[in-house]
Amino acid sequence: MGIVVRLLSKRSFDLGLPLLILILLATSPFYAPEYTVILLTSIFMYIIITVSWAIFSGPTGYISLASAAFFGVGIYTSAILGKALPLPLVIFIGSLVSFCLALLVGALTLRLRGIYFVMFTFGLVELLLHFILWWEVNITCTTGRVVPTVSNTTVYYLMLIVFVILMLTAYFIRHSKFGLALQSIGEYEEAAAHTGVNVTVLKITIFAISAFFMGAAGAIMATRWTYIDPRIAFNPIISFLPVLMAIFGGMGNLFGPVIGAAIFTYLEEFLITRFPYHYMLVFGIILLIAILYLPDGLVGLIQKLWKRISGGKDADT
Amino acid sequence: MPILEGKGVTKYFGGLVAVSNVDFHVKQGEALGLIGPNGAGKTTLFNLISAALVPKSGIIRFKGEEITGLKPYKICRMGVARTFQTVKIFPDMPVLDNVVLGSYFGMSPGLSSSDAVIKALEILEFMGLSEMKAAPAKDLTLANQKRLEVARALATDPELLLLDEIMAGLNPAEVGQAMELVTRIRERGITIVMIEHVMKAIMNMCERIMVLHHGAKIAEGTPREIATSKKVIEVYLGEKAHAGS
Repeated sequence: MGIVVRLLSKRSFDLGLPLLILILLATSPFYAPEYTVILLTSIFMYIIITVSWAIFSGPTGYISLASAAFFGVGIYTSAILGKALPLPLVIFIGSLVSFCLALLVGALTLRLRGIYFVMFTFGLVELLLHFILWWEVNITCTTGRVVPTVSNTTVYYLMLIVFVILMLTAYFIRHSKFGLALQSIGEYEEAAAHTGVNVTVLKITIFAISAFFMGAAGAIMATRWTYIDPRIAFNPIISFLPVLMAIFGGMGNLFGPVIGAAIFTYLEEFLITRFPYHYMLVFGIILLIAILYLPDGLVGLIQKLWKRISGGKDADT
Repeated sequence: MPILEGKGVTKYFGGLVAVSNVDFHVKQGEALGLIGPNGAGKTTLFNLISAALVPKSGIIRFKGEEITGLKPYKICRMGVARTFQTVKIFPDMPVLDNVVLGSYFGMSPGLSSSDAVIKALEILEFMGLSEMKAAPAKDLTLANQKRLEVARALATDPELLLLDEIMAGLNPAEVGQAMELVTRIRERGITIVMIEHVMKAIMNMCERIMVLHHGAKIAEGTPREIATSKKVIEVYLGEKAHAGS
């Protein structure tokens, strides 16, 4: 089959470059300055949140603003269990709690569509924030918690491992029949259901898988922040950033959200040091330009340029 | 035993009766035509059979098994596929992927990806859509989009196919091609229920016709019986004849 041949040759090409980058990343703590490792950790954190967000919201078009809730659940798991259990187990539990929360929330909300779904998922962030705030003040009589810390290199490697597992998961979902089904849900949910797709179960499962990785990122990141309180853990900005980063990078391709999140995070870091007073303004202008003039994101722009360079005959396919 | 039967099927939209106490049956291998003026409840009946809507009362059985209250995907996997009055293809997906989805998730799930693609290609060939398999579905003409919808339904391996106005909006040549296709689909052993306003097609292709009016069944019989029924002519064919179709 032509399609199979095309897939195979494309796959071997697709694997070479990522593998090289992965080796470079895995060895970077040995030669890169510590600042770079810390910056890379932040970048990975945002990549994980953005790619997990895009696994579900990209193909289905259900714009979830619950990311901060799942991330925060991971953070709080780390804060509560950090002293008692080994870190890998804490991360796994944090992911699992996020996963279960997403199953529950998904079962309740995924019949909502459009703006109602968006509002409900954002409401979840506020709900958890205020619930935990109330709990901490009235039941445990604390407002913040100290999280046991680990070395920067450990945090970096943990993020890298979660990132690799996430990318493999995202790749397999995208290239499986479930990826096709998710896309069909985004294009015409009703028709997908009548074509034999169990839309409810599929949506809830993928939503929960995406929450699993956000929880993991939160549980790891908590160890670097050392002190957390509900307002830090459930910061609503974590709900908005993945949406912006995914749009910035482009969602038509698996690497769009990765590149979007990486450049976005680096740009923020760069602007905050150069223009500490105006960086938000510059940042906002860059975002506006990206949204107005790059409908398919950075990756879409790169693909367009690449096609123009490599021959104009199939420039508009 | 009929492949599909309904007893006392009723559906309200608010205070409006959309389908009122309708009994129906479809025999294995036949083509049943469903006609009636606009708003008669034909599409609602399709929606009730395919579980897009839940009936207020009544029972629907497929091959003797009750299917009322099941989810749409279950009905599809049992062997009932449908098309939509307004085409609901996946516009930004390639034509092939539209059909592959059906072969992945229909009656025989667990197909490997290469088998699903092979099956989809076979169906595209059968429907005469092979040449445009790589094009985004939205780029197809209306006639081809309707064909694609039928192809997607066929990919789920149905025993019963519900066709909702697949000839509406087509030119006479395209109507002829669509009629020929329906005949070939029947040769595959698939039972058909079709809603159609193109009388030539309904009268030529269906063994039996059922007429709905204001949600109620007012007549049922062979095309000849229906064409000569006074009641039907009054509510439906009479108006249509004046309209010139």
